[in-house]
Amino acid sequence: MNAFITALGMVADPLVLGVMFASALFGLFVGAVPGLTATMATALLVPITFFLPPVAAIAAMVTATAMAIFAGDIPGALVRIPGTPASAAYTDESYAMTRKGQAETALGIGLVFSVIGGLFGTAVLIVAAPALAEAALSFSSFEYFWLVVLGLTCAVFITADRPLKGFIMLLLGLLLGSVGLENPAAHPRFTFGNADLTGGLSLVPAMIGLFAVSEILRFAADPVSIAEVNRQVGSVFRGMGGLMRRYPAQTLRGSVLGTVIGALPGAGADIAAWMSYAMSRKLSREPEKFGTGHPEGLVEAGAANNSALAGAWIPALVFGIPGDSITAIVIGVLYMKNMNPGPTIFMNNAASIYAVFIVFVLANLLMLPLGWLCIKAGARILKVPRNILMPIILLFCVVGAFAINNARFDVLLLILFGLLGWFMESRGFPVAPTILGMLLGTMLEEHFIRSMIKAEGNWLVFVERPIAGGLALFTAVVWAGSAWYAWQRRRARGPA
Amino acid sequence: MRIHDGHIGGVLLALSLLVLWHIQGFPDMPGQAHGPALFPGLAAFGLAVSSVLLIIQHRRQARLAPPGGEPATAPGLDEASGAVAPANRLAVAVTIVGLFAYWLLVDRIGFLVAASALLVALMSAYRVRLALAVPVSLVAALLVHTAFFKLLKVPLPWGVLAPVAW
Repeated sequence: MNAFITALGMVADPLVLGVMFASALFGLFVGAVPGLTATMATALLVPITFFLPPVAAIAAMVTATAMAIFAGDIPGALVRIPGTPASAAYTDESYAMTRKGQAETALGIGLVFSVIGGLFGTAVLIVAAPALAEAALSFSSFEYFWLVVLGLTCAVFITADRPLKGFIMLLLGLLLGSVGLENPAAHPRFTFGNADLTGGLSLVPAMIGLFAVSEILRFAADPVSIAEVNRQVGSVFRGMGGLMRRYPAQTLRGSVLGTVIGALPGAGADIAAWMSYAMSRKLSREPEKFGTGHPEGLVEAGAANNSALAGAWIPALVFGIPGDSITAIVIGVLYMKNMNPGPTIFMNNAASIYAVFIVFVLANLLMLPLGWLCIKAGARILKVPRNILMPIILLFCVVGAFAINNARFDVLLLILFGLLGWFMESRGFPVAPTILGMLLGTMLEEHFIRSMIKAEGNWLVFVERPIAGGLALFTAVVWAGSAWYAWQRRRARGPA
Repeated sequence: MRIHDGHIGGVLLALSLLVLWHIQGFPDMPGQAHGPALFPGLAAFGLAVSSVLLIIQHRRQARLAPPGGEPATAPGLDEASGAVAPANRLAVAVTIVGLFAYWLLVDRIGFLVAASALLVALMSAYRVRLALAVPVSLVAALLVHTAFFKLLKVPLPWGVLAPVAW
């Protein structure tokens, strides 16, 4: 209880509240402008958070991402271009509502059910994370080894529609992550005598490159023009109570699925939205209405993508294994702030963790008034000249990458990772597994080598402890399931 | 020439073989069976196998496609061809060259000059009128400089402007 009161005091700090307000506006803007994503918003915030105290830094990222995921619905409904990938699943549906003259309802659903989903995910985070952490205290290197393997497995098989490409990007990330001295033997690997490489490839420039610079290159290669909007959006909240009463099961289902998908490592808000939109249609009593401007799928998927955000924090805080690409960045910041994730964070840093929870609740509540304003300003935000905005964001990326270590080498890393991300993604290779590989590679190797030493050649020890064995089995099931699914798909396509 | 999965698989295969060859020189950990070569070795081995699979997959799809046509992709996986439309090639080229030029020159000519030049080049490439691009770039560079150099104390280089540094 004492920790909770301390936490309240931490959040009530005018600096934290001010940062939350500013990052809320930033997140809404980034989300509402097509081509700028929530992950990019987080990556762009890293250089700023570097200069903030821990709680303010985390508050900035939590608030900005929650706002961005909601705001991504706005251009989807108004001009049929999703503001962030998390809104792509139901852009056609909400645009169909707009064409029927129900733009305010479509946007209202986006706002209200985002808040509900976000609060649901937060509640699960608050209950589940400390409980999991308590169990995790007894974990040894075997359990951690399997957790990381399972996490990387999920990242490959759930995010990518082509697992082979996801797997390749993951292995590339593991190799890139093994550069430098940071390995159990402290041998300078792949450094070629270059002093800049001994510390390994810095994660922050890599992440800004992969998630932000690549977006700008994509804009340069394909600047989709945005149609003019001259529509006045009416009363956003009208009819929301009716929808809540009409679709309680859908709201709950979307929130639960979103939280679970978010908590699975590697899969985030966008996958959550796709899966729950599909599920909504499958379980609906009126599936024929889907695609014609029907609110049911919007309710479910709109709740899902925001609940996924909080869900992703569960493995991130408890195990240091990110639930999505946003928390991958967050984990990097937590380390910079000496709030190393892991089960002990709940004991050593209890007040800070409570502060994170409070920030989550506050950010979701703040979304109602600010989101409403953003919807009202939506048409104007869409007029922002992206050909001026993108170069400025690029400059910001360059300076941000430099600012972390004041190293010019990091700017080179930024450029190279930006090119890698843009090129590979344009060929259908997902980039999120690469960053997970880089982030988790060190952890995987450490637990692997430690387990190998403990095992003394007896491989059975890897699965002897019940939880380790369970995790291993689960990993095997995911592999087998994916192989079976791929085989089924190939058979369905007929003999090649 | 269009770059396809077969090419990417080839490059990755070469890379993984190079890594596998390079790690042969890593020392053993004294008294232990598992040295620093083990982990990157496993990753590189996995990458080599996956690259071969990627090449095989590409070959099979290319064979399915009508001669001279695009390689067949799985239904529902409408793949962006990856090629940049000719009208936008300049914008992409200026972005990439501009970034490298900034990286090479920033210490010598200083942040303000390099950043302004980068912004003007990019905006022009993205078809912003020069009369608008120049003032916006100067103001943006100054603002970023003030925020990072003055407020956050990031040592952005002054370069040629060092005599008039403020």
